[in-house]
Amino acid sequence: MPVTDQPAARLWTKPVPVPHRRPRRSILHRESVAGYLLLTPWLTGLAAITILPVLYSLALSFTDYNVITGELDWIGLANYERMFTADPRYWRSVQVTVVFVAVSVPLKLGLAMAVAALLNGRRRAAGTLRAMVYLPSLLGVSVALAITWRTMFDSGGAVNQVLGVFGVPDRSWATEPDTALATLILLAAWQFGGPMVIYLAAMGQIPTDYAESARLDGAGRWRILRSVTLPALSPVILLTVVMETIAAFQGFTAAFVFGDGGGGPGDATLTYTLYLYLRGFAGLEMGYASAMAWVFLVAVGALTALIFWTSRWWVHYPGGRP
Amino acid sequence: MSLPVATPGTGRLARAATVTVLVVVLLVLAYPLLWILASSLRSAGETATGMSLWPQEFTWSNYAAGWSGINGVGFGRFFLNSTVVAVGAVTGNVVTCLLAAFAFARLRFPLRRFWYAIVIGTLLLPQHVLMVPQYMIFRELGWLNTPLPLIVPKLLAADSFFIFLIVQFLRSLPESYDEYARADGASPWQLFRHVILPLSRPAITATAILTFIWTWNDFFPQLVYLPMVEDSTAPSGLHQYAVAGGLSAPGPMFAMAVLSLLPVLLFFVAFQRHLTSSAAPGRMAANLSRQRARR
Repeated sequence: MPVTDQPAARLWTKPVPVPHRRPRRSILHRESVAGYLLLTPWLTGLAAITILPVLYSLALSFTDYNVITGELDWIGLANYERMFTADPRYWRSVQVTVVFVAVSVPLKLGLAMAVAALLNGRRRAAGTLRAMVYLPSLLGVSVALAITWRTMFDSGGAVNQVLGVFGVPDRSWATEPDTALATLILLAAWQFGGPMVIYLAAMGQIPTDYAESARLDGAGRWRILRSVTLPALSPVILLTVVMETIAAFQGFTAAFVFGDGGGGPGDATLTYTLYLYLRGFAGLEMGYASAMAWVFLVAVGALTALIFWTSRWWVHYPGGRP
Repeated sequence: MSLPVATPGTGRLARAATVTVLVVVLLVLAYPLLWILASSLRSAGETATGMSLWPQEFTWSNYAAGWSGINGVGFGRFFLNSTVVAVGAVTGNVVTCLLAAFAFARLRFPLRRFWYAIVIGTLLLPQHVLMVPQYMIFRELGWLNTPLPLIVPKLLAADSFFIFLIVQFLRSLPESYDEYARADGASPWQLFRHVILPLSRPAITATAILTFIWTWNDFFPQLVYLPMVEDSTAPSGLHQYAVAGGLSAPGPMFAMAVLSLLPVLLFFVAFQRHLTSSAAPGRMAANLSRQRARR
């Protein structure tokens, strides 16, 4: 072998030392076996802690089951019937959750997009700014922040002192029926840094010449945002809309803290998952909670499917539809 | 590369407006964090819930008072419990999600696309749907009041988000690496060990950091599986502390709130670069747009 070939050859033989006499058809050579071996933990988990529980809860939803006494009665559709026709708290939880999702997700993603647009292209202090915006999204889901938020918005608390300057009367924002949900939504919106980082990364990947040629054609800043940036970001927007919506539907910690482990006065912050917890784990009605879980699964699944379905009109993939 | 911020014609005024908006946004974002810190340092005499970010008199005594915990169980115990859960979860997620992601991204085997569609499906599955039946299963296994329900699912790659994240990352590595390795007769294991693993550090780091932070913050599973005070993790211990009378003594409660956030904050400061810059999760997710088109 000529000496000049050595660097190229070494590049690949060095990190992959292969014994010369190794039989070519060893068992690991067969990628199928290797693939399934590597997937074994995941497949086990899929069967044992995802699929089995989903089916188990479907079966439970047709029963009246008390975990403590072990009593189990097959009651058909009675749980569903009661849920839809005889449980006003259930409908309250649906209402609270729908309002929470419908307001907090657009607010959070709108803020994320706006701040990403402002930060995009900044060289100076960009890393620090990005980090400072991102940090609340890591801390905001914690018990500590839920407690802080509640105290800050409490009567006589920090927020009331600030608002008092503008003549807004003092009130317990986090625990009064009229304003508790709005306070919860603000806490969610405060965590917009998560999607913001994703938008910023995606903006950085848009080729500069798109905007450049649009500008040469006389497009203003707003027009470039609408006709170049947003379409280029649309796949990522779809991703964040779906993920944030599913996450928002499951909001629990802050609602639990705001309502002292319940739904708060007037069940103002009784989110769906909080009510599910109260029925299943505080009330020990596992059958009823399972029925709630299944309705939740179907509803969230249908909404996700709907979002994906509408995406054909507003999501643009570079190089056409996959 | 990024879009130009200012176009000709929008001059200093627009720049000033942009900076003003950013400063306001940063103030709103930072205020609660500074406030919680200030509240943890206020002395008992001062109104605990005031808006001020500067205590009239600084005191560390709140930290000592809070550290003793509730019913004789101190916060040291809560932090130890949290650490056990977090270390188990990080190990489990990194190992099993990386292996599964490698298989999905780099190996060819029957039904691969089908299984990967299932991964995406579970990513979209609201986890709260599973809580009742999972609870019953773990109860049958005698795992209540142990950290196993919080750790074992991670050992079974149940966090499909991280499989997705690592697959996204691995797909951004050139295919030619594999082809060279295969041409040299490398087995899948050698391909993994000598080619993919050394290149996967950004994805592994991101997975480890995010798993740590998310697990540390987790509250719901602890509430259900570890209800005893002595088994509590830092967040659930803090919650019990607040319920047991923290609101009447806010100083110590906020001191413990600060401590419960501290590991997340330290991790963030140490690894911030990995979370928000080039090879970070955001970037990996953003790659989605290009990769869907490529396939």
